[in-house]
Amino acid sequence: MEVAAVLFSELYGSYFNVVAAVLAEAVRHSLTGGRLEEIVREKAFAESVLAIPAALRSDWPLLKPDGTTPLRHEPTMPLTLLQKRWLKTLLQDPRIALFAPCEAGLADLEPLFNPEDIVRFDQYLDGDPYRDEVYISIFRQLLTAARERRSVRLRYAGRRGRLHDAVCLPVRLEYSEKDDKFRLLASGRRSGYIINVARIRACTVLGPAPSELCREPVRHTESLTFRLWDERNALERVLLHFSHLEKETVRLGEQEYQVTLRYDREDETELLIRILSFGPMLQVTAPDRFIALIRERLERQAQQAPEAAQ
Amino acid sequence: MAYSELIKNYERIRGYMRQFYVYGFKSREEYRTKSARSYDNERRRVESWLGDYMCFRQDAHGKSVFLSVDSRRLRGNPLYKSFKAKSFTAKDITLHFYLLDILANGELLTLREIMERLAGRYLSQFDAGFPLDESTVRKKLKEYESAGLLAAERRGREVCYRRQEDMVDLPSWLDAVSFFSEENPLGVIGSYLLDKFDQTPSYFGFKHHYILHALDSQVICDLLMLIRAHRAAELTVQSPRAKAPARCTACPLKLYISTQTGRQYLLAYRYLERKLAFTRLDTIHQVEAGAYEPEYEALLSHYQKFKGHCWGVSTGTGRQLEHLEMTVRVNPGEGYILRRLEREKRGGRVERLDAHTCRFCADIYDASELQPWLRTFTGRIVQLSCSRQSVVDTFFADLARMQELYGGGGGAV
Repeated sequence: MEVAAVLFSELYGSYFNVVAAVLAEAVRHSLTGGRLEEIVREKAFAESVLAIPAALRSDWPLLKPDGTTPLRHEPTMPLTLLQKRWLKTLLQDPRIALFAPCEAGLADLEPLFNPEDIVRFDQYLDGDPYRDEVYISIFRQLLTAARERRSVRLRYAGRRGRLHDAVCLPVRLEYSEKDDKFRLLASGRRSGYIINVARIRACTVLGPAPSELCREPVRHTESLTFRLWDERNALERVLLHFSHLEKETVRLGEQEYQVTLRYDREDETELLIRILSFGPMLQVTAPDRFIALIRERLERQAQQAPEAAQ
Repeated sequence: MAYSELIKNYERIRGYMRQFYVYGFKSREEYRTKSARSYDNERRRVESWLGDYMCFRQDAHGKSVFLSVDSRRLRGNPLYKSFKAKSFTAKDITLHFYLLDILANGELLTLREIMERLAGRYLSQFDAGFPLDESTVRKKLKEYESAGLLAAERRGREVCYRRQEDMVDLPSWLDAVSFFSEENPLGVIGSYLLDKFDQTPSYFGFKHHYILHALDSQVICDLLMLIRAHRAAELTVQSPRAKAPARCTACPLKLYISTQTGRQYLLAYRYLERKLAFTRLDTIHQVEAGAYEPEYEALLSHYQKFKGHCWGVSTGTGRQLEHLEMTVRVNPGEGYILRRLEREKRGGRVERLDAHTCRFCADIYDASELQPWLRTFTGRIVQLSCSRQSVVDTFFADLARMQELYGGGGGAV
């Protein structure tokens, strides 16, 4: 059994991909210097234009001075063993049922790892039912509609269980690893929708979405600033915890920092309890509305258990 | 050596990118462990790869560089770009395109035939010489055979090579690869596959998405393969507080990934200490394959007993269980609190006491690990008790400090 695989390899590198694109065009017709640079600017890193065209002119004998190449075929690369074994690994994930890819060509391969070797120890326990046939069918319809820009008619259960109907365009299927759930982000005639996919009871794919639906759902972002004291390794814990959000950190003193986060307004309650989880290691300084929310929780706590608070 | 945006070794850039992404307040002078020139080169590379996400700030401490990204708005993890910056030689890239072109028609060719075509059909079209000896080409053919790009067959005394046929229907995988490239611990491989498509889906989004995990991909890959093979690992670990890296031999059993804190851990049996222990993945610099572990199943069954009493990744001090109980108030119409307890309880138990209260209890190795979670119920906690009294004392002392911060006194806002 193989016990090592190299992920960091030039085979998957940006330069090999860009040069493949350059040579593919050179196989079809002679390439001008301007076009060469255009391809590199479009597909490679910001500074690659300083390196790749020059190397193709002098160091790598792949492109002739007249812009043609000795290659006889447009370059392609078969899948590597690593790539195929990764695909094979995906077949063991219950969520693969949502996508139903063709399994041909992978039969004799070993997966890279077993799903049970990964423990997401703080993932919520009420994740979506990925093996449920109705859920799978609805997910696939939403995926088709999003891919083909078609509207859907949905019937879904609200927070209190009441059924609602909507006609909308699925824009995004958003997954949260923490919640282990998919949410549908969709645009409707008058407003946007965010619906847990598991709450959708019925879905019908309609025709091409009218132009007024073809827009990104609007997101309202807010800013939150807090002071942070680096006690009990709080600096690293807090910054890593919130690292998936846009943020800026400024050092105020030896062990004191100011952090500004941007978050979606719809996530305010979730952010509030995440802030509370760090206790007195951080103190929210703006906005006042958020400070009031914290005060309200603290006051409520003081009333809950005066005997326990000692 | 002249600057290049490509790198030979991933390890150094891994550290810099983590600093830029997580902290982002350090100035050039504070990266003391490396030379100023090294810092300048690494910063320039990261800027070349990730310029759209890089920010700069100038203040009294100097100029600081940071990466600021809202992962919910991303359509692909930008940190994967760092894995696509491996350096190579002129021979590597030249042979890559010519060998695959020579074998493109599915022909089976010997090394000698390949050498003849390389010289006659390709390199002869350039005036400048490009020396290629047989051993270099043989080595590359073997490398590509190991990578699965070529297949080797014996023809008499000679080895022949042909291109591997792709039997995989990759277009049918596009949605799955697009999703799992973000949602699989080795998603970087999916990102390599997505590079084969002209267009990739924009209809997947990710919330609570710790893109930073990408930087640990090689360590994750090495460990997962060893777990599958039931092999021990020789680990080189640089903990934040230690001056020099330490070596340790351990049998890897599981990877523990936090979906809420941004941290990832290896759970392994450490031979020297004779115990199960967690190690942060970002502190592991190197993983080497060790010996086959014949007692692997016994270690796993030990883990099965152990796991039910870990709240997170602390194993406590003496492996004695601590009992914790929290009673919370649930007012009418607040059924979501009960649902929260049920979905977040991990190995704990939840019971409804009456119409207004419910109780959570757990028996764990280290009750202090629950503190952050307990605080999320601030405003509802009616009673808290623990067999280790200091856990309760710390909780209420912290609460009192918070009351002071927000409720009055000199430091109040």
